[in-house]
Amino acid sequence: MSISQKMNALWEYANPRKFLATTERALPFFWTTAAIATVAGLVWGFFFTPDDYRQGSTVKIIYLHVPAAMLAINCWLMMLVTSLVWLVRRHHVSALAARAAAPIGATMTVIALITGAIWGQPMWGTWWAWDPRLTSFLILFLFYLGYIALWEAIENPDTAADLTAVLCIVGSVFAVLSRYAVNFWNQGLHQGASLSLDKEEHVADVFYYPLVLTIAGFVLLFIALVLYRTGTEIRARRTKALLARERVGA
Amino acid sequence: MIALLSRDLKLAFRAGGGFGLGLAFFLIVTTLVPFSVGPQSALLQSIAPGVLWLGALLACLLSLDRLLALDWEDGSLDLLATAPLPLEGVVTIKALAHWLTTGLPLVLAAPVLGILLNLPQAGYAWLLISLALGTPALSVIGTFGAALTVGLKRGGLLLSLLVLPLYVPTLIFGAEVARRGALGMDTATSLLMLAGITAAVIALLPFASAAVLRINLR
Repeated sequence: MSISQKMNALWEYANPRKFLATTERALPFFWTTAAIATVAGLVWGFFFTPDDYRQGSTVKIIYLHVPAAMLAINCWLMMLVTSLVWLVRRHHVSALAARAAAPIGATMTVIALITGAIWGQPMWGTWWAWDPRLTSFLILFLFYLGYIALWEAIENPDTAADLTAVLCIVGSVFAVLSRYAVNFWNQGLHQGASLSLDKEEHVADVFYYPLVLTIAGFVLLFIALVLYRTGTEIRARRTKALLARERVGA
Repeated sequence: MIALLSRDLKLAFRAGGGFGLGLAFFLIVTTLVPFSVGPQSALLQSIAPGVLWLGALLACLLSLDRLLALDWEDGSLDLLATAPLPLEGVVTIKALAHWLTTGLPLVLAAPVLGILLNLPQAGYAWLLISLALGTPALSVIGTFGAALTVGLKRGGLLLSLLVLPLYVPTLIFGAEVARRGALGMDTATSLLMLAGITAAVIALLPFASAAVLRINLR
């Protein structure tokens, strides 16, 4: 298949019926692999890696903290893409996927903040510091809250999808801007990037491999949750449509 | 455009237009700060620039829900949307009117309130400059928020939730200029960033506000 043909094949899933049928078959796979990878990664990380020579066993909170933080950001990115798809191509599934992803992203942000606080208490001697990374995550959480609240507040589903999509785009710009602004505003306690493709700045391999496994597990879990919740949103909208038709008496 | 501007200004200045409410709010917030943190002048002096910026920001926020909602209720927004003037122009004028009636008085009042908080001598000019540069951005961003929530029954609280995160970069750089100015430090970088944010926001955000308004008017 050429690339354009593949793209066309992708758009087929914009049909809610096709989307539901396919995700129904794919979901068990995602649930199982997510469970296996997360549990294996966490057990490996918690019980079969040595303590860090300075941080002791607290280093192991990394297996929850880093995957959650990565997903918190990437979830917003996914919402941005689906919002653009909705604005450009008007596929309802896309808008509903953005709606379905938002609470997951907000939850991931909270997990990252809480695990970060629990990690920061013994390491930095404080639950919270106005460090750029911490602060920008808090701001990201506020963006999630506003986005979810706007979805909830508007009755007409198409208007809600349009407005939240624009909010997501504008919010993305401001979120990036805030990220650099807080960098400028305060120097931080948080370490720099500890995962990257070039091996220069990395955590040690013993911690690295289980971490990759938990990240994979969290990503799979995220995919499963988004597909599942999108399906729920589609069904909820169908129910609403059926009820409305019943009231009219058609 | 000028007709629209003068209409909005007249509506704001005449009785019941709510002009001056923002100023009064600003005054009250500034008065409450010493009650909450204590009257030590050294402490007040160090937090004065930030408190004044925050007060101005909140006072700006207070009047946002009236920005488009009144025109929405009496239907004049529909008329404006069908007028030959592009909707982008309408929202820009609305933001300008909001700034003239809310932002500008706040800028002018801030140095007076600075006396209450014992702002250092060097800080007055910088406070004035940073607010003069920053408050237009607050008005334009606020117009976007008002356009998002215009059709909602109880949009006021939601408006704050949506707009306040968007205010973060402006507040950071604006307060930074005022703080550094008060301490006699170099302000060039943050001043340029603040000016950049304001310019970019004025140039780009009216398009988003107009798009959102069109969706709401559909």
